[in-house]
Amino acid sequence: MNKNTLVTFLLFFVIAPVWLMAQPIEMANTLRSEGKIYVVVAILLVIFAGLIGYLFLLDRKITRIEKKLPSKKD
Amino acid sequence: MKTWLKVLATLLLLYTIVAGFLFDVPRLNIVNETIRALYFHVPMWFGMVVLFLVSTVYSIQYLRNPSIEKDIYAVEFANTGLLLGLLGIVTGMIWANYTWGSPWHGDPKQNGAAISLLVYLAYFVLRGSVENEDQRARLSAVYNIFAFSAMIPLIFVIPRMTSSMHPGSGGNPGFNMYDLDSKMRMVFYPAVAGWILLGVWIASLRIRVRLIDEKIQNLENE
Repeated sequence: MNKNTLVTFLLFFVIAPVWLMAQPIEMANTLRSEGKIYVVVAILLVIFAGLIGYLFLLDRKITRIEKKLPSKKD
Repeated sequence: MKTWLKVLATLLLLYTIVAGFLFDVPRLNIVNETIRALYFHVPMWFGMVVLFLVSTVYSIQYLRNPSIEKDIYAVEFANTGLLLGLLGIVTGMIWANYTWGSPWHGDPKQNGAAISLLVYLAYFVLRGSVENEDQRARLSAVYNIFAFSAMIPLIFVIPRMTSSMHPGSGGNPGFNMYDLDSKMRMVFYPAVAGWILLGVWIASLRIRVRLIDEKIQNLENE
């Protein structure tokens, strides 16, 4: 193993990872800012979407049953 | 209920959840961030009053010109209104615990709201205790008008005449005096409209189920 190979090896497998770790890691920071309130909003939106979706399905089900009945009473 | 109204309710409430938590609110002592509960707690009561009012109108119509459909409309609007009222009183208790110091303060607004809900619960007790359908519909229509007339002074008049800690009562300015600034109105009014529409939607589903039930019974009797 000559000197150049050793330097390249060190650069890629020892120094580069350490240097990269020192950098601030880019993540979904908006979700962590302002006391993580966006997380609460996201949770509420999921719950609300679930409930509303359920209500729409229930609505459709009732419409289907209504159509099964004779259209005019008597 | 028209589909576009259901979509509108969904959009208004989506906006309420996002804007209600993220928009700026006045920085007030004691209430702090709980001021945001205004967008969720108060519309429950607005929704309840609107649904009870619709229920009362159907009861009056029933007495003028009896039909089983009007009775179904009246009872299901009252039923959904009661649900919103119960949610309103429970959310109010949570809010009171952290701003007034205890969940039940014996505050005139709280007591009035609780009595109103009991008056409406009695409406369902009355319905359950009459066997004859026409008699049940007529008696409960009369009682429903009484219940609405009792609710208005209990919730809106008496708390303003005595000392109450609830905003908008007993010389206590409501949020709309100076706290509810224009930024809060931008969220509060859409929130009220959205929650009312959601209440009407749920009531309409209950009514449709009852009408289907009614039709099936008619078919069986033929």
